[in-house]
Amino acid sequence: MSQASTEIVRISGHAGVVPGAGLNREFQVCKLVDTTTCIGCKACEVACLEWNGYTFSETTFDNSYQTMPETAWNYWNLIKFNEHERADGTMMLLMRKDQCMHCADPGCLAACPADAAIVQYANGIVDFQEANCIGCGYCMTGCPFNIPKFDPPSRKVFKCTLCNDRVSVGLEPACIKACPTGCLHFGTKSEMKELAETRAEQLRTNSGFQDAGVYDPAGVGGTHVIYVLHDAKNPELYGGLPKDPRIPWSVRMWKGPLKWIGNFGIIFGVVGVFIHYLRFGPKVVKEDEQESHGGSQ
Amino acid sequence: MTNGWIDIKNTDMMLIMGGNPAENHPCGFKWAMEAKRNRNAKLISVDPRFTRTSATADLFVQIRAGTDIAFLGGLIRYAIENNRIAKEYLVNYTNAAFIVKEGFKLPEDGLYSGFNAASSSYDKSTWNYEEGGDFSGKTDAAATSVHAAPAPPASAAAGKANHQPTPTPPPALPPNVAYDLTLQHPRCVFQLMKQQYSRYTPEAVERITGIPKDQYLKAVDLFTSVRKDGDMKKVATIIYAVGWTQHTFGTQIIRTAAMIQLLLGNVGRAGGGVNALRGHSNIQGATDMAGLYDSLPGYLKGPVPDDADLATYLKRTTPTASKPSPWNSMNYYSNTPKFVVSLLKSMYGDAATKENGFAFDYLPKPGQDCSWTHIWDDMYNEKIKGMLAFGMNGVMIGPDTNKNINALKKADWLVVGEIYEDETSEFWRAPGITAEEQKNIKTTVYRLPCAGFAEKDGSMTNSARWVTWKYAAVPPPGQARLDQDIIAQIFLRVRDLYKKDGGKFPDPILNLNWAYADAEHPPLSQVAMELNGRALADLKDDATGQVIKAGQQLPGFAWLKDDGTTICGNWIYSGMWTEAGSQIQRRGTEDPSGMGVFPNWAWSWPANRRVLYNRASCNPAGKPWDPDRKQIWWNEAAGKWVGNDVPDFKPDSNPKDHMGPFIMNPEGIGRLFAPIGVLADGPFPEHYEPIESPIKNPFHPDQSNNPLVKKFKTPFDKFGSPEEYSIVCTTYRLTEQYHYWTKNNPMNVQLIPEPFVEIPVELADEKGIRGTDKIKVISARGTYIAKAFVTRRLKPMMIDGKKVYQIGLPIHQGFRGIGEDEGRNARTPANLLTPAVTDPNAHTPESKGFLVKVEKA
Repeated sequence: MSQASTEIVRISGHAGVVPGAGLNREFQVCKLVDTTTCIGCKACEVACLEWNGYTFSETTFDNSYQTMPETAWNYWNLIKFNEHERADGTMMLLMRKDQCMHCADPGCLAACPADAAIVQYANGIVDFQEANCIGCGYCMTGCPFNIPKFDPPSRKVFKCTLCNDRVSVGLEPACIKACPTGCLHFGTKSEMKELAETRAEQLRTNSGFQDAGVYDPAGVGGTHVIYVLHDAKNPELYGGLPKDPRIPWSVRMWKGPLKWIGNFGIIFGVVGVFIHYLRFGPKVVKEDEQESHGGSQ
Repeated sequence: MTNGWIDIKNTDMMLIMGGNPAENHPCGFKWAMEAKRNRNAKLISVDPRFTRTSATADLFVQIRAGTDIAFLGGLIRYAIENNRIAKEYLVNYTNAAFIVKEGFKLPEDGLYSGFNAASSSYDKSTWNYEEGGDFSGKTDAAATSVHAAPAPPASAAAGKANHQPTPTPPPALPPNVAYDLTLQHPRCVFQLMKQQYSRYTPEAVERITGIPKDQYLKAVDLFTSVRKDGDMKKVATIIYAVGWTQHTFGTQIIRTAAMIQLLLGNVGRAGGGVNALRGHSNIQGATDMAGLYDSLPGYLKGPVPDDADLATYLKRTTPTASKPSPWNSMNYYSNTPKFVVSLLKSMYGDAATKENGFAFDYLPKPGQDCSWTHIWDDMYNEKIKGMLAFGMNGVMIGPDTNKNINALKKADWLVVGEIYEDETSEFWRAPGITAEEQKNIKTTVYRLPCAGFAEKDGSMTNSARWVTWKYAAVPPPGQARLDQDIIAQIFLRVRDLYKKDGGKFPDPILNLNWAYADAEHPPLSQVAMELNGRALADLKDDATGQVIKAGQQLPGFAWLKDDGTTICGNWIYSGMWTEAGSQIQRRGTEDPSGMGVFPNWAWSWPANRRVLYNRASCNPAGKPWDPDRKQIWWNEAAGKWVGNDVPDFKPDSNPKDHMGPFIMNPEGIGRLFAPIGVLADGPFPEHYEPIESPIKNPFHPDQSNNPLVKKFKTPFDKFGSPEEYSIVCTTYRLTEQYHYWTKNNPMNVQLIPEPFVEIPVELADEKGIRGTDKIKVISARGTYIAKAFVTRRLKPMMIDGKKVYQIGLPIHQGFRGIGEDEGRNARTPANLLTPAVTDPNAHTPESKGFLVKVEKA
């Protein structure tokens, strides 16, 4: 999509006007993943590959039903499987669909130095524009969910697009369409939040999951992919979902204060040198200094 | 299924046992999730492993593979003991009140009355109702004990060796049954059932199944809670698959479930029933069309050599009503002659006449067991010379893969119709067969490229009995042909050979009706119309005055005649292609009742009834048990049953006439006790151990196993002792792969790239095995090599005081496929391990619950 679009509210590494900045979209999109009705069937994994035109990879068995250890540059959506025994001895097999969370305050975008390699749309979708990607990998540092993945041959980084190409013409994302149990839902953020809270309440009241809740982390401003978890107090059980994700301190410093300290450092450095030159003139080397710096006498 | 897929969303309680629908029926499983989300329905998962279905369950119970009857029998005992039964339903809609003959003996020692050890079969004459009248309130003073000496066995015919027992016409059910509506008579079915399961205490269940008592009580308490305080509003469903069928007592496991559902009044109700999840896309269609040697299309009984003529056969197979005299029984199978004659007319056309018994003599009459394992045994013993194998991979299916491979080595010829080179069509290249040995294999193998599922249209019948039509997406590639074309073309050439060369008895082939528009490419729509049936003469219904003209499609099976004026290829499919057109291609999305009936989407047999036995969804007066889930009800003013589903009943039968809802049984009731003529091994299910078991049967150690199970005698039919093979093994399927062919598809192989064995953490620690280590699983029959999947989802169990491990392995990989051809796995099919022993009723092999040992590879 053209950078001049008013649908874009944030642009990485951009100096200048952002056409859609300040635009307050009434409806932001949201994908709801209800881990309590996920059956780990991987229809979503395959749908994502097929929609985005990726071929199948060679994988190996690693003591799990999980297709591969992490998402990949060409595998944007992965069910993570975790066996968990509760305190009372009952067994659980936690299955969580892992993909980009489309944060409201994206760490990847904050960290990215390349102009418009990453944009955020008014509807909440955070999209990589690979044409502008310089392959520095800073987005991978910025993301608290370990989502963006690097492809060495092309030197570009890739991740889930929340099916921006489908959503922009009124279709639901491919994963939503493929899910057979209806554990995936798509709609506006407020609709999905309400649905999620209702489901969590139902779990607390009727299914004996007292800690059931909705995962919509405030540390990144909330996300456009939210989860219903049986145990919202312990999201790490679900394949390492971070409990309180935030943009890493180092990125915030680097793109925040350190940038201005650096800028000032450069400006004052140049100004200081110029003033020094005006005040003290060029460096003059005296003859006796030169001699005294020669060999000893 | 008695009910349907979408109907599951109406349930309050699901017992999912012997099945793993989240993994094997993910789309249908949506409805279980809907029930949870929208009705707070509870889901109980009982399985040897904690599966992806268990992950969504409210309660998971781990069970030893093959001990389901112990679990379910204990559930019956619990329900009766805690009065969690549907009393009115029980008395009026089941045979609970029927009194059983004197001389009937329960199997405390593992045997019912009438067992003949020499022939390993039962004389079932005592498994019958008593003749008589109303004994309500009286007890039979003459015989209060049900352990009276068994009646002397009737003369069992000799000579039929190791196959079916002689089918002399069994003693008939008495037309006038003795009954006691107070359910107190010591020989009434209810009391006998109570006594039968009195042994199935929670302690006994724990000993046998390994389920700790308190856990077991939690499960049975939850399931039966739908009938707490006699409340009839709630409904529970039982959902199962091949975890129940693949045992030497599989039929009886399902029987126990049926008994529970009758006891709890769940049959006929929306969200209830006994629901089999079929394992292949169109296996329901296959069994409906008699893909079984001992039945005819529409589940009619297959003829046997003693059926000398049509009249004898019809006499044997047409039941007469048997019931308490004030009750009514529709006994719909009394119409068997109409179904059979119409079938014969469809097969043999004008060659089937009244004079020649409608060509009944043309039908094969198998005098032996011709089921799956017998085919391979006969081939090994060189009695079967050749095989046409269409879209099935016998080598991979097993059981006892090595036996099947060695049988094929002895066959003269093999024709495989497939879409790729499968293990069966490459059997001579199985691992372990040397180049030298290959030279000595004389079998001629023909490979016929067939059309794949997306390349052919035709009917598909799903588990819910919905007959639908699917359309080809692309034409078959290259020289691949459609299945019906191949069969037609083989048939026509064989017929020509018989015309030219004659033969011993070519009449059935020469006279087979083949009047299709294009003999070599029979249009499936024509076949479907033939299955529906049409009139050969003008027919008139005297009651309504309706007339069907000769040549017209029949509206349904009610129009079938036994005088040769109708044809019908399959009576249960009658109604699917009428004068109004193809009903199975309908796509109406209306669901006025909101209960998932969708009356205009496709067409369900019989007669588009979506929930079977739905008259039982109402009380004896004809009012629904639950007014919020009304299915059908009696409309007094109109004088008929009306509602949101087609009544599975005589539409104008007044409730006052007390006609039984189970119209396909001669008694009109649902059977808690299955009398003579129904099952081979007992009127009530009894816990038997799998043939290979870690323990002796605690109920009767001297009769551990099902007494009717026979073992074959080839060198490959070996069995292991629990001393050497101490681990219980089960086999299963995964979501990501489909049987034996998706290992050729990169997408599936990506998701599950290699075979594995799920083993408990404790066993792994004992043997020093870590996850992904290569290990060997060894049975008395073969060795399976794969990577270890060390998991906490399979826990060790205490079985009769012994610590027993269970392991499980998926069946999908073999010796030909993407990974196999790349050398990425050991190329060992799972069914190398399984034994060729089968259920005596359905002949399904015991693929789950056999013994193995485990070693590092």
